[in-house]
Amino acid sequence: MIQLQNINFSYQKGRTIFDDLSLSLKGGQIYGLFGKNGAGKTTLLKIMAGLRFPQSGSSITLGQHAELRKAEMLKDLYFLQEEVYVPAISIRDYVKCYAPFYENFDNEQFDEYLHLFEIASMDDKLTALSHGQRKKVVISFALATNTKILLMDEPTNGLDIPSKGVFRKIMTMAANEERLILISTHQVRDLQFLIDGVVILDNGHILLNANADDITDKLCFKITDDTATDEPILYCEENLRGNLLVTENIHHIETKLDIELLFNAVMMNKERINELFNAKN
Amino acid sequence: MNFNDNKAIYLQIAEWVFEQILNGKWKEGDRIMSVRELGTLLVVNPNTILRSYDQLQKMEVIVNRRGVGYFVAPDATDKIISYRRKQFVEKDVPAFFKTMKLVRMSWEELEGLYKKS
Repeated sequence: MIQLQNINFSYQKGRTIFDDLSLSLKGGQIYGLFGKNGAGKTTLLKIMAGLRFPQSGSSITLGQHAELRKAEMLKDLYFLQEEVYVPAISIRDYVKCYAPFYENFDNEQFDEYLHLFEIASMDDKLTALSHGQRKKVVISFALATNTKILLMDEPTNGLDIPSKGVFRKIMTMAANEERLILISTHQVRDLQFLIDGVVILDNGHILLNANADDITDKLCFKITDDTATDEPILYCEENLRGNLLVTENIHHIETKLDIELLFNAVMMNKERINELFNAKN
Repeated sequence: MNFNDNKAIYLQIAEWVFEQILNGKWKEGDRIMSVRELGTLLVVNPNTILRSYDQLQKMEVIVNRRGVGYFVAPDATDKIISYRRKQFVEKDVPAFFKTMKLVRMSWEELEGLYKKS
């Protein structure tokens, strides 16, 4: 559904953000996009949405060149930015204004999501709401558009603790076999069990684009008392529960994916990770 | 639901389903929650639930009636018990014996404890 090919991008001469980057994403998946600060996660989302133009390479979204911003693409794509813009109108008027752009917008879903987020009144002015409240309204709106592609940039930033739980719940309600959801975030723990595709961006390239099952097929994540293992260790971290290990999965044991450990293991073993996963890329 | 050990999530969910069946919350022959419903209940990606259900189907604990939904197999309890037994014998028992030897516990002592329990 999203195809980036040989993308080169820089904001100014001399500082390269993307260097010959290629990435292919398909529907029916919730992807997590991870990378250090300044790796270019937001820029990548903007290129997919047609808001930034690469100097070379092609960005195809829903079969359209993203930079052309064709209506066929825009009606089936929603990009939730990190800082949400809201006009000085009520929630009810916001829906009246913006929902017609999305032919599959579902009012009932929108009401249900707002209800779960405990936003009671549709008559409140958006500008009178706190940052977190505004974000809840726009997240609810984004999910209720039922677009085929949903790009979310740090959606849980600014949400209070109970709302993060609600966010996870409504994401499982909104995911379906067709929809492509891409979430860029640093809040790994928020998304641990939601994500089935992991994309890691580093130094202008895609370092990893793999399915969760694929990752646990190739790597083991475990907590052990001793580090005596015959499997090559990619990453080790000590904490109160013991040693947190990431190893190559030579004995074909299925373990639970830990995205935080994975990220650290990938950063420390870029070449080996590439060897293990490059058949996929 | 808390996922806390090293085991893959889809297997932990399968075991959660075993619990529901063994303690009678989900009865043999009953229709169970859809993939999406269970995903929302446990706050887990629906694709992960699908993988659990595939596994449970392979183990013949649940059956899929196309277009209708998933059902608890008529002999699910027996299937689960024999699976659990196998796990117990292959994994738990050896670890238990190892600890017994470590703490130098005799059979007689163990038997006494068993009778008291």
